[in-house]
Amino acid sequence: MNSTSERNKGALVNYFEEFKGLLTKNIREYGMFIALFVIMITFSILTDGTFLSPRNITNLINSTGYIAVLTIGMTLILIIRHIDLSVGYVAGFLGAVVAILMTSMKLPVLPSIIIILLIGVLIGLFYGFLVGKVGMPAFVVSLAGMLVFRGALMLATQKTGTIIIPNASFNAIGNGFIPDIDLIPGYHSVTLLIGAIGIIFYILAELRNRKNKEKYNFEVISMPMFISKLIFVSLLIGYLIWMLARYNGLSWTVVIVIVVTAVYHFITTKTVLGRHIYAVGGNPEAAKLSGINVTKITYIVFASMSMLSALAGILYTSRLQSATTTAGVGFELDAIAAAYVGGVSTSGGVGKVTGSIIGALVMASLTSGMNLMGIDISWQYIIRGTILVVAVLFDILTRRKKG
Amino acid sequence: MTTYESDYILEMRNITKEFPGVKALDNVNFKVKRGEIHCLVGENGAGKSTLMKVLSGVYPYGEYSGDIVLNGEVQKFKGIADSEKAGIAIIYQELALVPEMTVFENIFLGHEIKKGFTVDWNETIVQSKKLLDKVRLDIPPTTKVKNLGVGRQQLVEIAKAFSKDVKLLILDEPTAALNEDDSANLLDLLKELKKEGITSIMISHKLKEVISIADTVTVLRDGQTICSLDASKGEISEPILIKNMVGREINDIYPKREKKEFGEVVLEVKNWSAYSNELGRYLLKDVNFKVRKGEVVALAGLMGAGRTEFATSIFGNPRGYKLSGELIVKGEVKNFKHTSDAIKSGIAYVSEDRKKEGLILIQDIKNNITIGNIKSLSNNGVINENEEVNVANKYKEDLTIKAPNIEQLLNNLSGGNQQKVSVAKWLFTQPDILILDEPTRGIDVGAKYEIYSIMNKLIEEGLSIIMISSELPEVLGMSDRIYVMADGKITGELNAKDATQDIIMEMAL
Repeated sequence: MNSTSERNKGALVNYFEEFKGLLTKNIREYGMFIALFVIMITFSILTDGTFLSPRNITNLINSTGYIAVLTIGMTLILIIRHIDLSVGYVAGFLGAVVAILMTSMKLPVLPSIIIILLIGVLIGLFYGFLVGKVGMPAFVVSLAGMLVFRGALMLATQKTGTIIIPNASFNAIGNGFIPDIDLIPGYHSVTLLIGAIGIIFYILAELRNRKNKEKYNFEVISMPMFISKLIFVSLLIGYLIWMLARYNGLSWTVVIVIVVTAVYHFITTKTVLGRHIYAVGGNPEAAKLSGINVTKITYIVFASMSMLSALAGILYTSRLQSATTTAGVGFELDAIAAAYVGGVSTSGGVGKVTGSIIGALVMASLTSGMNLMGIDISWQYIIRGTILVVAVLFDILTRRKKG
Repeated sequence: MTTYESDYILEMRNITKEFPGVKALDNVNFKVKRGEIHCLVGENGAGKSTLMKVLSGVYPYGEYSGDIVLNGEVQKFKGIADSEKAGIAIIYQELALVPEMTVFENIFLGHEIKKGFTVDWNETIVQSKKLLDKVRLDIPPTTKVKNLGVGRQQLVEIAKAFSKDVKLLILDEPTAALNEDDSANLLDLLKELKKEGITSIMISHKLKEVISIADTVTVLRDGQTICSLDASKGEISEPILIKNMVGREINDIYPKREKKEFGEVVLEVKNWSAYSNELGRYLLKDVNFKVRKGEVVALAGLMGAGRTEFATSIFGNPRGYKLSGELIVKGEVKNFKHTSDAIKSGIAYVSEDRKKEGLILIQDIKNNITIGNIKSLSNNGVINENEEVNVANKYKEDLTIKAPNIEQLLNNLSGGNQQKVSVAKWLFTQPDILILDEPTRGIDVGAKYEIYSIMNKLIEEGLSIIMISSELPEVLGMSDRIYVMADGKITGELNAKDATQDIIMEMAL
């Protein structure tokens, strides 16, 4: 009897020891989860629960859409040790162009979107040419791009001012929700279903991954810790889904972000291209000597960035149901900050797409929470700037300790 | 007149400096007489540069043991600033001038002449002119440094040293990058300065120069002082210097290779030259070279002889030299556009600097091993992870890479194990010709033996190896045939059994 309780106590001590060990070892990966958690709890206390209301969670996630998409592209750019400062105005300009295509030129929605994405790719290829082939610093190229596309946006909207988009299906991208079947009253049933499937997929993937690791004798976390992790993440997904389902369900924006995240997560973790991108970021000299075409990778990563800028432009324009002269202001800073907060290293080579999405959520939660509390916009800028510095400081300190 | 000043301006007593796992300096004694030109010679890695770094405070007091006595006083330098204050000036091989600035700005950079709060440029120019006269450099002080040749830049460096009231001038291979005229000019200057009472220490590989200029020569080998030779007693000659430099016996740290049959020529270059636009000179000139199947060919020579440049020039030329001549791989004339072309043709290059250009230290063993040929493990661009793990595990076992598992980051491995990962990475590209550039630099004896054993195994499997090495015992112990390089040219070709360290050294100098 006595020995059992002591054994239990021992197991508990071990459990916490392991938790502490994991936390210190993976502080960079877990840091942003902790930050997200702390921010959410703090704001829900400060706003008497309004922050975590279904309505606010829905708004928060939907308004993060275009930044999340940009952050994914920016993550790859930062991994290969470059930067793109022009993404905001590229998004703004292409948002205006899509509006013009649909209003003045009367093109249907789908062709307009495809054209815009292609223009995005072309812009990126040109950046890739200047950066990768000619050897200009990305900072200069994209700073010039920022000016050029700001001017282009002003030209595009000069005659008409704000361009109102009357097309309902286009506007649904930024404002609509996926359809529902009426199964459970008071909830968005399809959303619940998708959430449940998502959680099951997550658990199955983790189990398979663990089994593989055990097969090859890799380090795995202990079973209790593994189960805790599964429960924690499942609860997190479940909670968000439940919140969304209590309001209008999943929005099209969220669906798009999930798809883009999934595609980029797959590319970065499972493909040759992804491996080459991390190699170029980790040590460009070694990558070159390993037969990797660094220039080609630069083309691809910049093309992907500008294509995602185009997508962000579509999401933003659709959300506002119009193209405005000021669209895109400051997006690049939000995207860069979100990527750094999400664990991308300032010296390149390190970063995850999923981490950056969490980073984007952290930044969006901050904005949303501060808005709810009625904090003056000037203070919001100062606080967000501080958070960015703290995140990068954190990155530098944890790296210094290791190497 | 009695004076307490000793004959020696500098005495370094029992200096020992250890790095993790290596004793770089082991009880070194080094004495320099007032007003002499003292040369310091030794093979690559003998400890010359480390000794000078101790002297100049790069390795501060406390990081070494022993005493530095300058003018009879024990010195405890905390950094370069302290040694400069004491009158020690070091001029490194890589010049530390700002190319876009003028000569006078460079000379007084960091200790500008001031008038109140502003820099007194007129006085700076006047003083610079005086210093330039002292080093016999007849140029206007307003010239931009980038418009000067290397020889003149070197003189500007020396003028800069004199701007700080130098008592002891140290030159680290000052003539390595100079042509003959500039070298002769520099050596003349040192002799002139000696007449004015300046003491200089010169590190040099060029023994002819050493003999022509030195009053005393100290030889270092494997971190120890071997001898100090006096010119006035006629102790200095080339054979004596070489004997003392290489001196050690080859013991059997080189595993025997059974197979000694060579097949057809797998790689050959004819009249191969490489011109660097950046440096504005030829790095390789009319090199003729071949390697046969099952053969280890060594490329011996001093640092900067053009060996690494040769290796990269036939490996897809990633540094973009202008090439001429013919490269024939397995009977076909090749013109590689990119490193990947060379890899496809069966050439692999394990680079000299594994940290800078060989490995991705922030990634794990698995990713590093497979990166050169990851395409072979993929279907439509998607990596087959199980297959990848199997491959990585196989190489980890074959090359006895010591790590708990293949998910260990390279940062956490020892130099020897990092080197094995580097070799594994290139073996996975399935090469026929493996170029190893300084394969055992910075790794301990045990790991060296393992690397040698791996080389022998590969030869038995039918590979050909080109080994670039600055360690002569390694060259003699491991190769079948030896090419010696100097100044971008092949200066000799030897069968390993006919070669001795002295012969190679003579050809390399």
